[in-house]
Amino acid sequence: MNDQPPLSLHVPEPAVRPGGKPDFSSVKIPNAGSVPRPEIDVDPESIRDLAFSIIRVLNRDGEAVGPWAGLLSDEALLEGLRHMMTLRTFDARMLMAQRQGKTSFYMQHMGEEAVSCAFRKALEPGDMNFPTYRQAGLLIAAGYSLVDMMNEIFSNERDPLKGRQMPVLYSSKALGFFTISGNLATQFIQAVGWAMASAIKRDTRIAAGWIGDGATAESDFHAALVFASTYKAPVVLNIVNNQWAISTFQGIARGGSGTFAARGLGFGIPALRVDGNDYLAVYAVARWAIERARRNFGPTLVEYVTYRVGAHSTSDDPAAYRPKTESDAWPLGDPVIRLKNHLIRRGVWSEARHKQAEAEILDGVVTAQKEAEGHGTLHAGGKPSVRDMFEGVYAEMPPHLRRQRQQAGV
Amino acid sequence: MPRKTMVEAIRDGMDVMMERDDNVVIFGEDVGYFGGVFRATQGLQAKYGKSRCFDTPISELGIVGAAIGMAAYGLRPCVEVQFADYMYPAYDQIVSEAARLRYRSNGDFTCPLVVRMPTGGGISGGQTHSQSPEALFTHVSGLKTVVPSNPKDAKGLLIASIEDPDPVIFLEPKRLYNGPFDGHHDRPITPWSKHELGEVPEGHYRVPLGQAVIRREGAALTVLAYGTMVYVAMAAAAETGVDAEIIDLRSLLPLDLEAIVASVRKTGRCVIVHEATLTSGFGAELSALVQENCFFELEAPVRRVTGWDTPYPHAQEWDYFPGPERVGRAFLEVVSGDQ
Ligand SMILES: Cc1ncc(C[n+]2csc(CCOP(=O)(O)OP(=O)(O)O)c2C)c(N)n1
Ligand SMILES: [Mg+2]
Repeated sequence: MNDQPPLSLHVPEPAVRPGGKPDFSSVKIPNAGSVPRPEIDVDPESIRDLAFSIIRVLNRDGEAVGPWAGLLSDEALLEGLRHMMTLRTFDARMLMAQRQGKTSFYMQHMGEEAVSCAFRKALEPGDMNFPTYRQAGLLIAAGYSLVDMMNEIFSNERDPLKGRQMPVLYSSKALGFFTISGNLATQFIQAVGWAMASAIKRDTRIAAGWIGDGATAESDFHAALVFASTYKAPVVLNIVNNQWAISTFQGIARGGSGTFAARGLGFGIPALRVDGNDYLAVYAVARWAIERARRNFGPTLVEYVTYRVGAHSTSDDPAAYRPKTESDAWPLGDPVIRLKNHLIRRGVWSEARHKQAEAEILDGVVTAQKEAEGHGTLHAGGKPSVRDMFEGVYAEMPPHLRRQRQQAGV
Repeated sequence: MPRKTMVEAIRDGMDVMMERDDNVVIFGEDVGYFGGVFRATQGLQAKYGKSRCFDTPISELGIVGAAIGMAAYGLRPCVEVQFADYMYPAYDQIVSEAARLRYRSNGDFTCPLVVRMPTGGGISGGQTHSQSPEALFTHVSGLKTVVPSNPKDAKGLLIASIEDPDPVIFLEPKRLYNGPFDGHHDRPITPWSKHELGEVPEGHYRVPLGQAVIRREGAALTVLAYGTMVYVAMAAAAETGVDAEIIDLRSLLPLDLEAIVASVRKTGRCVIVHEATLTSGFGAELSALVQENCFFELEAPVRRVTGWDTPYPHAQEWDYFPGPERVGRAFLEVVSGDQ
């Protein structure tokens, strides 16, 4: 007989569940400005600690401090604020439209606006993002038409994707936004492949992969890291850690690893953690990683520490799995308010101008929505044609599909 | 007898098996604390503890691969893949591993495993929440593939699947979770509480794998259907007045060939309906079997009505879905010989 005590299964649990008092004491937050900024040709081995810290620029008083500060002009910051506010307003309107039955489904960014809006500003034309469904800021900050985004969401007669895709799964090659798959993680490795192609062709373009905390558990994530590491691909690998994957807290995907960023270390990939609710910090880190890639120093893994304030999607109700007030307790605050306060502190913004901007932005979004709705919504008005369903499966329609299209009478 | 939705019946099936056999373990994405995005495992973690019902990292490969290891150890895992559309990362584990452990080890290792997945469209889910990949499983030696069409069968088939000594792919037509959807998407759905097949017996019972059931007797033609398409075919028969004999296959592999052959020999005509794409779909297999077994009794070519050979679209969902109108037209053409 074996007299060992029996084994037991370890299943991680979040600190609190509904009914409990929100607790983020486990999220260690260094002071803004306290994390050094290494040279971009740094030996990854010498910056392993950056995978366990959090790079922050904006402090509690709304000042930009430390070695990662000082990159953005007043104009650029005001534009950044406008992008984030536009995304937030866009989300609010589209959530309402979904409730009104104008579309089937929507996914919002509340709390995460800084990540995609700031990152986009660090890219050059020709670079390519491989986004998830929660990076519409990449489009907004690139100046994509709000009307076209809504046309896609409403699956109407002007939908650039002909009604084939679910809402928010946009595509825009022209603006460096790869067609979004509904299957998680698949595109992380494709970003690496795109970046390798740029190197093969001796181009200067770089790629950015995007993935959520939960989806890092997929094998595609690990495949991306090993390929990026082996070929030193010119790619920025972005993990958006918003603490939740539908109902599953980040500890289930992270397991025993200290942080998501630390996953890069075993692959010899420099890994940085950044305050995802700090527009300036996101921009600074994005620029660092993008420059490394462009100067042929290889991949960087970046973890954005943020919080999903809203529901996962319009099909989800987070009250079933986390305390209702958890988002209020999130220690990194709100990205829009933090940038607003910083701009006021800089003397280029005020509460009054902010209110006015809110009204102007709402006006612009509402005007765009009216125009889009004029082209139809999911169940009313102009629709993509049934013919479009049969087109585009192949470059040239094979005979069997032609026959089926005839049978369908279109 | 209590009436239950299909989700409640499936949950009840797992509950009964967890109660009876502590080797039954349940896991998948969001299935633990929350109870699954369709709530099929709601309450099971609270009742049986975290080491018997738990959340997993988002890795379908991991879910199925780990389940295979547990099954080989002697457990009976019943795991959930959140949508059938997300099973592809697990496909290698299912095809190359789960399906072959018994054969390649000559019975030294076996794999009593159930992989549950919501399947089929009709929920505006576009190409990543609507697929019907059953033929990708029936094509693989060593797997069984089950598709229930109502709460009563769902529970009995799930219990039989969990008790089965081999891996079973359990496809749950998500459009049927709340009621017998017949393809009339613009009409309110009848809830299972108003349908006799919503009556789910208490406790343990099995619906054996490989037994089809006749949902409607008829003389004019035989309809081979499973899942959602059973109700679409019923609606088509009612609306066209064609006296169709509608067979609900319930399990695709093993398949109740006897029931199929007996019916087609009687009616002399056969229409096969499924939501999955046409080419190399399970209907091709059924059509071949009918031809091989009933050639001399057939009075018309076997006809298939299926989803078109395109990815499942978002906006054109109801043009894609083989609804009662399209199915009914096929009935009329097959009985009139006008094809
Ligand atoms: C391969 C695959 N498995 C499961 C899903 C279902 N699913 C959609 S989103 C999601 C959670 C993703 O969480 P995370 O990666 O943290 O991203 P977030 O939604 O938080 O931005 C899941 C499980 C999917 N879309 N694809
Ligand atoms: Mg997440």
